[in-house]
This record gives sequence, C-alpha cells and structure tokens, in this order.
Amino acid sequence: MSDSPTPGGQDYEARLKDSTAAVAEFEHAPRGMLGTIQHVLHANPTFVPVIVLVASIAVFGVIAGERFFSPFNLSLIMQQVSIIGILAAAQTLIILTAGIDLSVAAIMVLISVISGKLSVELGVPAPVALVIGFACGIGAGYLNGWLVTRVKLPPFIATLGTWNVFFALNLYLSGAQSIRGSDIDEMAPLLKFFGQSIAIGSARLTYGTVLMIVIFIALWYVLNKTAWGRHVYMIGDDKEAAELAGIRTDRTLRQVYMLAGFICALAAWASIGRVGSISPQSFYEGNLESITAVVIGGISLFGGRGSIMGALFGALIVGVFQSGLRLAGVDVLWQVFAIGWLIIIAVAIDQWIRKVSA
Amino acid sequence: MTEPLLKARGLVKRYGRVTALDNADFDLMPGEILAVIGDNGAGKSSLIKAISGATVPDEGTITLEGREVSYASPLQAREAGIECVYQTLALSPALSITDNMFCGRELRKPGIMGKWFGMLDQKAMEEFARQKLSELGLMTIQNINQAVETLSGGQRQGVAVARAAAFGSKVIILDEPTAALGVKESRKVLDLIQDVRARGTPVVLISHNMPHVFEVADRIHIHRLGRRLCVVDPKSITMSDAVALMTGAMTPEQLAA
Repeated sequence: MSDSPTPGGQDYEARLKDSTAAVAEFEHAPRGMLGTIQHVLHANPTFVPVIVLVASIAVFGVIAGERFFSPFNLSLIMQQVSIIGILAAAQTLIILTAGIDLSVAAIMVLISVISGKLSVELGVPAPVALVIGFACGIGAGYLNGWLVTRVKLPPFIATLGTWNVFFALNLYLSGAQSIRGSDIDEMAPLLKFFGQSIAIGSARLTYGTVLMIVIFIALWYVLNKTAWGRHVYMIGDDKEAAELAGIRTDRTLRQVYMLAGFICALAAWASIGRVGSISPQSFYEGNLESITAVVIGGISLFGGRGSIMGALFGALIVGVFQSGLRLAGVDVLWQVFAIGWLIIIAVAIDQWIRKVSA
Repeated sequence: MTEPLLKARGLVKRYGRVTALDNADFDLMPGEILAVIGDNGAGKSSLIKAISGATVPDEGTITLEGREVSYASPLQAREAGIECVYQTLALSPALSITDNMFCGRELRKPGIMGKWFGMLDQKAMEEFARQKLSELGLMTIQNINQAVETLSGGQRQGVAVARAAAFGSKVIILDEPTAALGVKESRKVLDLIQDVRARGTPVVLISHNMPHVFEVADRIHIHRLGRRLCVVDPKSITMSDAVALMTGAMTPEQLAA
C-alpha cells in the first residue's frame, strides 16, 4: 500500500511527448474492383436501382424494340406503376424506421370505398368526402402507430392485424359491391381528378403520375433536409441510441405512421382515377407489391439506410420488367419469376453493402 | 458551505428481485470533477441513468440548483442542462458526424425556408461540428459527413464527448469515456474534462481507470452495493485503499482509524 497518488498522471505518460506525431501510414492492399464498387454503393445506395433501371430499359428496348421504347409505352408504364409507387412511398417511410406496413393497400382501398360511398351513394359533396377520407387515412395510420409504440407490438404483427381489420371493414362498408365509374362521373367527378392526363406527343402523362412524382420529391426533401427526416433515419438506425440522444422516438414513430396513412389516402384518390371505378376487391396484393418496390429500390429492411428515390426506381423497375416481358411475348408466370429473383438479388446486395469496411 | 449543484437523496431502483439502487445519495458541487467508482454491479450505471433521466427511480428525490426535479426522459434532463455520454455512446452508425452532433438540436436556415419548410442549415451545422471537433484535437477526421460507422472507436468517443460539451450545459456526465481509448486519446479526453471544468461546468466521471480518476477528480464518490459508501479526497487516500473500499476489503471506519 505504498504507491502514492501522483497528481499530474502516472509517469508512463511522460514519454508521450517524444512519440511520433505522424499519422500512421500503411501500404494499402489494393482494394480491387469489387471492393471499390462496394464502397461506392455504400456511399450511394440508390446506384443499384438506377443501374438496374437503365440496364433493363436498354435490354427491353433491344428485345421488344419500337413498341417498348415508344413514348406511349413508357408513359403507360408510369401510369401503371403510379398507385403502387405512391404506396411504396408510404411503405418507405415505415421501412426506414426498421418497421414494415402490411396494411398500406388495405388502408388505400378502405379510403376509396369510404370516399366513394359518401359522395356517390349518400350525396355528400365530393370535397367533404375526400377530406373525411384523408382524416380516416391519418386515423388508420395512427392506429398502426399506436399499436407499435404504445402496445409495443412488432410492426409486422400490428399491421398484419390491421390489414385484415381494414379489409373486413372495407367489405362491410361496400357490401362487397363495386361503385361503377358512370355513377362516379355523375355524382362526384372530382374523385376521378387524377385520371385526367396531359398529352405530350403520343405520351400521356396522367395527373396520377405527376402526383406520384411530386410525393417522392416532397418526401425526399422532408427526409433529407429537415430535422424530422434525419430523426426518422436515426430511429431506424438505432432506436435506443436515438432515444438517449434526445429524440422523442415514439412520438416521431406515430407521426411516421400517420404520414404514411395520409399518403395512402392520396393513393386512394389517385386509384379511383386510375381504375375508373371503386372496387373493394382491388389491389389485394398491393401491400406486398409496395414492399417489393421498396426492397428492389435498395432500401434496407433493417432500417435507417436507403433513399426514398430508390423506391420510385424500384417501382419503375417492376413496371419495366412487366411491360418489357409482356411485349416480348413472355408468359405472365415468367414475369412473376423475374420479380422474385429481383427481390432476392436486391436484398443480397444490401447485405453485402452493409458489410463494407472503413 | 456551498450547496451542491446536483443532489440526490434516497434513490431506490428495483428491477424485479434485483435492487440496483438502495437508498443511494449523490452530491455534485459546482465546478468540480466528481469521479464515481465502484465494482461491477455496484449500481454506478443505474445511478447515472437515474440522474440523467434514462430511468425513473422508484423512490427518492433529485435536486438541481436547489429545485426538485424529475425527468421522464433523457430529453427533459438534457433540456434542464444535464448532458450524458453513455458507454454505448448513443450514436447512429449509418448517419454522418454532423447529423449525430446535432441529434435533436438541428439548426434551421434563417428566413422562410427554415421557418416554414424546416430546411436545415447544413453549412452552419458542418462548420460548427468541425470547429468543435478541432477543439478536441479530433480533426484527423477528414470528412465531417463521414458515417460514424466508418470511424475508429476513439474517434467515435470523441464525437460523443464533443456532442455533450458543445452545447453549453450545467452538468456533463461521462460514463467510462476512456475505456475504449488508447493512451494519447485518453489524454485528450482527460484534458477536455479539465477544460470543461475550467469553463465552470461540473463533470461526473465514471471510470474504472484509477490513474485517470486520481489525476483529474476533485472528489471521489465510492459506490458499493447500490449505495454511496463514502466520498474521499484523492489527495489523502491511496489508490489501493480506494480499491479496497470499493471491493469491500476495507470499511470507511477502518480507513479513518
């Protein structure tokens, strides 16, 4: 018990002043092409879907030729992906928080039935019916968020439950009957607003397509340029760390689910214009298709990584594959086959990119 | 005698059958460096969590500047001026250094873009982050927008410490700040702790490293079995006696005798 406390530190540090000041340098083992690619992709996760999109357009342009490459067909692809694209935007928000939302399409169809029922059959003015629809969409999102943050259910289970609940409600409210397009035209043409289009040459740009692009740009801004958006990423990256660092994670999560519900309500409005009628049975697989677009878009299912624009490219890749394979005369089952492999490859690439070393 | 800036009395925290805090007391004087030492499982972390708002104690009171406070979240404690650097650092690995520095305190652009559209002032934030890291001698980091997961352990620690020290606060709590660091980096963190004290901010330092504790601490709080065993002056006690106290090989009465 004789070591005396020595203010000023122990002697071993006295030698520090002689230590070299140079930053350690090592001969870098050449990274190799694969390593370089891995680094670039780690820094720019949207590169993969962009490359795949450009490549698939080029390939199908060669295989299917004129018919694929025509402005008409390319604008048709945009129209075809617009609804799933909007749902994928909502899905991206949830997946960035390391969650998953199986109920997005169910919310959308439920909202379109509510708005249609109110305006076409009950004579509520169309703008009021739409506003009620938006409120219901936000409410449905809040329910999901409440189940996840307050009841502490895993998002997968919470939304698996609400998917069924919303689908059943939608069948109940609609009596499993479609609302005919002609009735909508007569009673509430505003509901079909997003079905209108602008003709540019032989291309036809629907308002629904424009809406999809506007939603993506707006969300890109919110996620990258505002504090709220950065918090969404932090929560997805490491929720506990975000909480300790002073972010109100549960409140932000509920807001994320509510925003997703609002976007689903926008998708509902756009879908009435796209389909032309309101069918309670439509978009039954929309939940999974939106997840497909997000995953192919290089957004990590583990949360916190990926760009919202990836989901747009992901949706477009699916559209391009379907259109290209159809025009090339390939059976539908092979389209499904191709999409399946795209999903697997996209997630495999994501896993590989995450293993990047500094 | 001056009043403690931060005072806790009779803190109790139970996790099922485990009592992590058993009537623990705590005093932090203005402008001092208080080291908290204790064996593994003595309840140091629980004490720090209770003070920094990460957990709510079952019983007991916490007083900051003479006013009784109770925090439901770390955010509230932080707003009151208590900053904590956790052992896990609480950084988001995929996000940039700047994003992590500002976590929850982002700067907005002046004018309409910032006020109405919430646009972040990326440039000002980067500038601020770079300046704070330079003050800590951490500018071996070339790119302030580098993801935190690409930094070394010491650099990550530096970012976390810089975050706690950057925004003027009343109390800074550091949980094992040098445990993952090399000799030189530890020295920088110790210098930083003394800098912080020189600016008048008291520091709570939790550490297992006795030389570090004895070098910088003004007083040493020895924690044992969920409560404060005693508070000692590092100038009048040896390291081995301190270790003996904290492991139960000696009682404070024996020390006085």
